Amino acid sequence: MGQDLFAIMTSNAEGGEGDAGNTGSWRVERPVINMALCTPAKKQKASCHLCWLYCPDGVISKDLEPEIIMEYCKGCGICAEECPTNAIEMVAESEFVEE
Amino acid sequence: MSTTEAIKKTTVVKLDEEEYTHPGNRACTGCTLNTLYRVGLKALGRDCIFAVPPSCLTVVQGLYPISSSQMPILNVTFASTAAAATGVRAAMKRLGKDTQVVAWAGDGGTADIGLQALSAAIERVEDFIYICYDNEAYMNTGVQRSSTTPRGVLTNNTQHGKVEQKKDVPSIVAAHNPAYVATCSASYPLDFHDKLLKAKQIKGFKYIHIHTPCPPGWGVEDRMAIAVGKAAVDSGLYDLYEIAHGKMRLTGPSEKLLRKKKMPPVTEYFEYQGRFKALEPEYIDALQNEVDQRWAGYREKFL
Amino acid sequence: MNVIDSGNVAAATAVKLAKADVIAAYPITPQTPLTEKLSQMIDEGEMDAEYVAVESEHSALAVCIGAASAGVRAFTATSANGLLYMSEQVHWAAGARLPLVMCVVNRGVGAPWTVWNDHQDSISQRDAGWIQIYVKDHQEIMDTTIKAFRLAEEVSIPVMVCYDGYYLSHTYMPYDVPEQEKVDQFLPPYHYKHTLTPEAPENLNSVTMPDTRKDIRGDAAPCYMDIRYNLHDEMIQSIEKFEAIDSAFQEIFERGGNPVVTPYRMDDAEHVVVAMGTLANQFKVVIDRIREESGIKVGVLAINLYRPFPIDYIIKALEGRKGVVVYEKALSYGNQGALFGDVKSALYPCEKRPVIQNHIIGLGGREIKTDTLYETLIASCRKADENSGITDTPNWVGLQTVEPTAAER
Repeated sequence: MGQDLFAIMTSNAEGGEGDAGNTGSWRVERPVINMALCTPAKKQKASCHLCWLYCPDGVISKDLEPEIIMEYCKGCGICAEECPTNAIEMVAESEFVEE
Repeated sequence: MSTTEAIKKTTVVKLDEEEYTHPGNRACTGCTLNTLYRVGLKALGRDCIFAVPPSCLTVVQGLYPISSSQMPILNVTFASTAAAATGVRAAMKRLGKDTQVVAWAGDGGTADIGLQALSAAIERVEDFIYICYDNEAYMNTGVQRSSTTPRGVLTNNTQHGKVEQKKDVPSIVAAHNPAYVATCSASYPLDFHDKLLKAKQIKGFKYIHIHTPCPPGWGVEDRMAIAVGKAAVDSGLYDLYEIAHGKMRLTGPSEKLLRKKKMPPVTEYFEYQGRFKALEPEYIDALQNEVDQRWAGYREKFL
Repeated sequence: MNVIDSGNVAAATAVKLAKADVIAAYPITPQTPLTEKLSQMIDEGEMDAEYVAVESEHSALAVCIGAASAGVRAFTATSANGLLYMSEQVHWAAGARLPLVMCVVNRGVGAPWTVWNDHQDSISQRDAGWIQIYVKDHQEIMDTTIKAFRLAEEVSIPVMVCYDGYYLSHTYMPYDVPEQEKVDQFLPPYHYKHTLTPEAPENLNSVTMPDTRKDIRGDAAPCYMDIRYNLHDEMIQSIEKFEAIDSAFQEIFERGGNPVVTPYRMDDAEHVVVAMGTLANQFKVVIDRIREESGIKVGVLAINLYRPFPIDYIIKALEGRKGVVVYEKALSYGNQGALFGDVKSALYPCEKRPVIQNHIIGLGGREIKTDTLYETLIASCRKADENSGITDTPNWVGLQTVEPTAAER
């Protein structure tokens, strides 16, 4: 149909990551997981995963040894606060810069 | 009763691993709406269409040409959410599709400017799910009072604390006698998840109201965003319940609270937050008293 | 099939023939009988569609916006304050490029309340990005409403079909009701480019930035101003489309022609009356009499398509005439008639510019007497002939308790 020759410009956004850019750059502190304390890592069995559940940005994986997408992690610290075994520590980004 | 009673509690381990959002969106650091949305989509699945008015969610879902959501979304005008969702639903009916229609608005878009269209859609017995994430002020415009802002809260236009009470929207909705009404907390996302699963099974109008902590708006440390929401529920200040077939029952953490000998004081909830700094001690006492009485009533009714 | 019925019933019948899927409406005089008729036809099984009895006009158009975005043909109708109450949605539907059709049964705007006819309601929405067509009789209501669906869907711009409250909405006139098979032949199934579907999810009407951003493929995407330019540009292209659609209509139904502007006795006319809606038809009688009794060579140009404004047609029809007299039932308060301003600015580039005058008439249903039109038009033609006493100030015709100002005298 000739119809598609019209409305050639509309606001119809398509799904993709990084709408706000590299949101990892917002971070002041970064989460560091101590696998020795992390329940699923320790048990090597699907369990807990509360960091994955609560992470607002969905950047923590639901793995036995959870991985964090640092490119997008905003560093809110909810994972550290909610971790029942205190396996996640928020460490100042400046320390990583120095390293 | 109907099959809707049969929803089994979803555990974190069993929760769908697939993500329906994209990382790197514009939500503020520690935004619990972001958590809510992520987990909510896991319950809704892909076969749904959203109607969204101006709200933080508009921004969270992405600025053109990038969408941070994998869902089909119709952005609509502020007052028209429930009416626009009605139109999408009517189209699905005409096309013979079962696609779930979801209206997802904030407290301003629901309790204030959107209330008329919402009331009308419930009265017409429209068949869709309406979700209100209530962060208790106009956060997207920079923290102004809404009708669901609680008494005493400091916002940019209640600089000595809001004088009036919080509007009880779930009760207003319930007075329309829709198929399903539920309250949730962003801090208990699995409870929300399972209520959505239930709502999906029910024909007719479904309303879910969610207490949604907002770190910048509430003056809460980012990392305490989930904890503060839990404190509201655990102190008995904010009740999680559902009304199905006209019957109200407490759910999840609030149901558990019934059997608790002693609930933490409401001050524990206030202490996390900068916005309650202006609360007068007499009002806190009165509020504690009100909470205690309400829960005494619940215990009498449900235990 | 020939019938004698009201203009509102003609509109309702056209919507039924166009097989609209979703109708959402809120009652307002004088639109009410149109949407009542649609709900009755649906209730009685004569029409297969969803009727949503909404709580406001704002919601009426919201339902249409939702339905059209999700892939079905939608219709609403309103008048006066109802149109203004949905104004936010009117703009939204155009920006979203939704192919909606709405009948505006023209009525004056409050305050003070009036239920009677003028054009202030739809004229006030002229800048919203909708195509606006003003019709003159019952047959035009029928035919234009059917054409409007095809036009809206071909160019992805919503269309308002405007007709005079009471003059057309409530009067009974004979008209032909087209056969369903012919309408089906004329009007293809509904089409919207960005239909909401889980199979190909898009986030529609999301926030745009002042400047371009890269899309997920790394290509520059349009921004707000580009998107708005595109609407404007394609609205102008719609004039040609409207002509083509009218030709297609003529082939099937053997009536139509002159969809954009309708000339009457224009060939030798030294003076031309410009008007919209029923007023243009009333002027045919007036100028027949003027030609016969006073010999003044005067014609009528009815503007049917008001937005996009057909500048080329206006120039072609009016350049070189001695005088142009614009009569209209609305104005931009504190300035002049909107149509007058538009016609005048269209003629500005012409070398042979006619003298142009403006009359405001019939607001809030004030009776428009053929004798009054006769007298004021003759006076205007004389002024133009002498090229004296011409002012840019609109002349209010038929004020009853106000003394005219010196300029108006």
